[in-house]
Amino acid sequence: MRQRRKLAVTATAVALSMVVAACGNDSGSGGGSGSGGGGGSAAYNAASEGIVNKSDTTGGTMKYVLSDAPDSMDPGDTYYAFNWNFTRLYARPLTTFKPAPGKAGLELVPDLAESLGEVSADGLTWTYKLKPGITYDDGTPVTSKDVKYAIARSNYTAELVNGPKYFAQYLDAGNYAGPYKDKNLDHFTGIETPDDSTIVFKLKAPFSEFDYLVSNPQSAPVPQAKDKGLQYQAAVASTGPYKMESHEVGKSLVLVKNDKWDPKTDPNRKQLADRIEVQFKVDANDIDQRLMNGQADVDLGGTGVQAQARATLLQDPNQKKNVDNPQTGFLRYAMLSTKVPPFDNADCRKAVLYAADHEAIQGAYGGSAGGDIATTTLPPSVVGYEKADVYGFLQDKNGNPDKAKQALQACGKPNGFSTKIAVRGDRPKEVAAAEALQQSLSKVGITTSIQQYPSGDWSAQFAGNPQFVHANGLGIQIAGWGADWPSGFGFLSQVADGRAIKPDGGNYNQMELNDPAINDLLDKGIQTKDENERNAIWTQVDQKVMESGALLPFVYEKTVLYRPENLTNVFVTPAYGMYDYSQLGTTKK
Amino acid sequence: MAAFIVRRLLAAVILLVVVSMMTFAIFFLVPKLAGMNSDQMALRYVGRGATAESIQATKERLHLDDPLPVQYGRFVQGIVVGDEFNYGPEVVKCPPPCFGYSFRNSQPVTALLIDRIPVTASLAFGAAILWLVGGVSIGVLSALRRGSVFDRAAMSTALAGVSLPIYFTGLLSLALFAYHWKLWPNGVNYVPFTTNPLDWAYNLILPWVTLAFLYAALYARLTRASMLETMNEDYIRTARAKGLPERTVVVKHGMRASLTPILTIFGLDVGLLLGGAVLTESTFSLPGLGQLVVDAVFGNDLPIVLGVVMVASVFVILANLVVDVLYAALDPRVRL
Amino acid sequence: MNRPVEQWASMVPVDDYAPTAFLDVRDLRIHFPTDDGLVKSVDGLSFTLERGRTLGIVGESGSGKSVTSLGILGLHKGQHARVSGQVWLDGEELVAASPEHVRRLRGKKMAMIFQDPLSALHPFYSIGDQIVEAYRVHNEVSKKQARTHAIDMLGRVGIPRPSERVDDYPHQFSGGMRQRAMIAMALSCDPELLIADEPTTALDVTVQAQILDLVRDLQAEFNSAVMIITHDLGVVAELADDILVMYAGKAVEQGSAREVFTAAEHPYTWGLLSSMPRLDRDRQDRLVPIAGSPPSLINVPEGCAFHPRCRFCELSAPLSLTEVPVMTETTPGHGVACHLEPAQRRRLWTEEVQPLL
Repeated sequence: MRQRRKLAVTATAVALSMVVAACGNDSGSGGGSGSGGGGGSAAYNAASEGIVNKSDTTGGTMKYVLSDAPDSMDPGDTYYAFNWNFTRLYARPLTTFKPAPGKAGLELVPDLAESLGEVSADGLTWTYKLKPGITYDDGTPVTSKDVKYAIARSNYTAELVNGPKYFAQYLDAGNYAGPYKDKNLDHFTGIETPDDSTIVFKLKAPFSEFDYLVSNPQSAPVPQAKDKGLQYQAAVASTGPYKMESHEVGKSLVLVKNDKWDPKTDPNRKQLADRIEVQFKVDANDIDQRLMNGQADVDLGGTGVQAQARATLLQDPNQKKNVDNPQTGFLRYAMLSTKVPPFDNADCRKAVLYAADHEAIQGAYGGSAGGDIATTTLPPSVVGYEKADVYGFLQDKNGNPDKAKQALQACGKPNGFSTKIAVRGDRPKEVAAAEALQQSLSKVGITTSIQQYPSGDWSAQFAGNPQFVHANGLGIQIAGWGADWPSGFGFLSQVADGRAIKPDGGNYNQMELNDPAINDLLDKGIQTKDENERNAIWTQVDQKVMESGALLPFVYEKTVLYRPENLTNVFVTPAYGMYDYSQLGTTKK
Repeated sequence: MAAFIVRRLLAAVILLVVVSMMTFAIFFLVPKLAGMNSDQMALRYVGRGATAESIQATKERLHLDDPLPVQYGRFVQGIVVGDEFNYGPEVVKCPPPCFGYSFRNSQPVTALLIDRIPVTASLAFGAAILWLVGGVSIGVLSALRRGSVFDRAAMSTALAGVSLPIYFTGLLSLALFAYHWKLWPNGVNYVPFTTNPLDWAYNLILPWVTLAFLYAALYARLTRASMLETMNEDYIRTARAKGLPERTVVVKHGMRASLTPILTIFGLDVGLLLGGAVLTESTFSLPGLGQLVVDAVFGNDLPIVLGVVMVASVFVILANLVVDVLYAALDPRVRL
Repeated sequence: MNRPVEQWASMVPVDDYAPTAFLDVRDLRIHFPTDDGLVKSVDGLSFTLERGRTLGIVGESGSGKSVTSLGILGLHKGQHARVSGQVWLDGEELVAASPEHVRRLRGKKMAMIFQDPLSALHPFYSIGDQIVEAYRVHNEVSKKQARTHAIDMLGRVGIPRPSERVDDYPHQFSGGMRQRAMIAMALSCDPELLIADEPTTALDVTVQAQILDLVRDLQAEFNSAVMIITHDLGVVAELADDILVMYAGKAVEQGSAREVFTAAEHPYTWGLLSSMPRLDRDRQDRLVPIAGSPPSLINVPEGCAFHPRCRFCELSAPLSLTEVPVMTETTPGHGVACHLEPAQRRRLWTEEVQPLL
């Protein structure tokens, strides 16, 4: 029930496969019913392509609820998509995603910085200039040193371990001990600050998608004098439209208007509600009740309503107009371990891909409302996605036993074989998918037994630990993945790169795919400056992964979101796969 | 009596030591038996972007590699003398009794416990009064009117109360009373007593009634059985033979004797509940000890689990002590 | 010779409303409806008792002795029992009286002491408290006064150091002292009628004698009417002026103690006397029990309830099998309910029974 959703910076696409309801017009196309200033009226899935209930009404209190307690509300120490989205209300990173629905929402725009980064000819230096006149909520001006400090603390300390460590991985900082052990920030040579409004990043190797890296809230400035390390999250120095009034860690958070925020420097956010109250640890089913009864405005987690509410909402014609069904940017799949026989043979792997009943598996994830049948490794919301279907999943929705049998012949197992399917036992959808897969495989003689493991230690000890996988013969592993930023590299680098395999645990390349061609493409791509060239390379990687047959995509995940009628400026941001929290307001007083 | 209490307190200390050791053992040894090493344990507390450095750093920060006796020693030291915690830029002193810091969000456990005990206590004591008064009076009436319509109806309802899980009755009452009939338009949100006693009570009514319903059912059945047995005793006949009014016979002679075992069970039930009414707190989203410890168990957060286990143990031990003393006070045949 | 009346002593007819004795029980019937049938615990019992005199009621377990005493006290009201007949106490009829009225008499005018003082006294309250309670429910006095009275009563029943022992709990007394305490409690309001239900059965023999002495002394002091219920003829021999023998809910023989012991006329009484070990006779080879076992009170045998166990049943057949014998006077003050001819009975007594005693 509780979903530990590790972050995905994802995007929703203006997917053609999505159900588009006739809705009141928006996005400036005029015409139509002209109710209001072109702000879209409520309709099923309206917020996936357009802005619903556009309004500049200010005032009121917005109530967010969350079923869990977040890893941290410190922008530098969190790995949840909803938090990368939400903390922008009080933290401004160097860049961010354009607040617009549809494909436009995947564009990077400058936020704290004046413009996107300037890269040197050799690709090893990225320079940003900060916008002038930006201060914290206490009036202190923001300097580039604060951004340097923010990255130092979030990537180079033993205390803040929750967030991503991309900067530590790519910056050329030698043996920097981190700002808590070494109080002299000048020793952090990975970043230079020639003056108060310029910041220069020095990389070990060219990384053409650096603008995506700094869209992460880790680049939001932190004044060194105010930093309390693990306790900083209780009172974060704000650069956004809101500041913390009170934060009881794990219980509640109250944000109030930051009068030092200047909207002229910030076209990316709105400051509408007077007060934002977040309550953590509210029972998941209770959350749905509160949303539908008007006692809460937003489910902060953004992963959708529970099964009970989902059924009610989708079947009630009166409620359906308040429902959105966007793609989350996650891919649900099965990985076939190339190190567990007989999956070391590519044809045996392909047999599984041909035999699988894709429709039945889609049903396990909730049918068409739960996701679209996936045919590629990259989901549509990731830049680099190109439509393709090399195995013919869409025409053989229930599998193709003949082709499967051919593949079995080719790999020397004409009568099939047996293997194990590993799945997270506390995820009912995944277990159902495992069962559907088991059924379809048995039709061609592949017998499987399903092994359930707890999701808490799944990555550390079980499926994410290659030694365990080999020792227990876990040929098929069912999981899901969302990108840390919506590009091919952001999605593929941890799951398809052979060098990302972690032999002792915490491994996400669970198929242990180590194809030098793929590895080289990834290296080449990240150094390619031209965006179109780069994206084409990601497409190639996707194709190669599919060719290997080591990954069997299940669905491009979708979720069912409830949109209370009092919310204004509601739209799904493709970057995070949920409503854009930097834009919301309320008509309730 | 004094000697008795002193002896019990000493035994309590030993018991707490044993319980804490067992908790440590379970936390560390069970994963080891399952083949986990400390790197994998550290991975539980690190984000998805775990690097070898962050895993190592976490291991050191949480002392996951230290031998068990050393870790245990640190735990005891914390309670007795206090501890220090490195927040990053500075080191903070943690005064005794210091239960450490959460593995997950580095919050001081002692402060967490102090914050949550009143919630669980509010829930437990409020429900306790309700179920004691309700359950006992229904049980007594049932016993006195044995076989009547009232008796049968009461015992059938009691059977339902005992059989229906709290999660069910809680959700049902929320759906019906809070959201459908809008008696609690904002749902149930805990308000501390010191902030606003009326709001505090108002928000706790549903959880109280839900929890009390279960226990009242139990107590009604228990009281009925106990009363029936007591009213057949010879001394009841003597009381009537003395010419006492029936009311005096029932209350002063009957109930006094039949309630003694009920009260001892009551003490134990309340003691256990103070360790965290897990289901009720989760259903109504009350930030009490039960909710805290369940999350900590799923999140492998040892310091919080230890802290709550210690607190719960203390409550249970105290409850046992109070119950024993009370029993001796009530029944002169039992002398300490 | 058989009178259709069932009244003893003064032979006054049932429907005469003027009782002459202090306690006058007329045709008392106490029946309990149960799932198995109607239990006729007491089925037509009549006797009288004067102040200053002791009546011993003797019989086996199940003969209805205790039910009778509880019935006189009115303790069956509200217990689904069907009580009929009359119980006259000092000119007042109790069976038809309101339960509240009878309650007020209980403990005050008539009191009872029970068989097992350990279970009959409340374990949680001190003796003093229980006596004080008994006293204060019928007398408007302060706690202090009641306590003084309680200490006084404890002294009177022979408990040493009563002012110290008044705060002790029942379990802190020995068996004999406990029974004395119960007696103190029963007598705290100076009742005119004292019913003792097996008062010494739970005690050892030496203590027994003390308790019986105590009862006799107190009776003399208060001039109370005492009803002692027992299955032990030795106790009755000690204490009773008159004896009533009960069987299957009915009286089978009534008379003075001397008469019943020396000239018993009912085969059941003969059986009781024969089964009693006696020191003043030669030792027999064996005791002579009464054959058979007590009858079911739901299906009481037809005719004379004792006939299945009577040695002399054939002598009075077929009458004893069909007709219930009525209590009739044989010698003045001595009544028997038996179908055998009186002359027959006396002969059997002198020839067959008495020599063996």
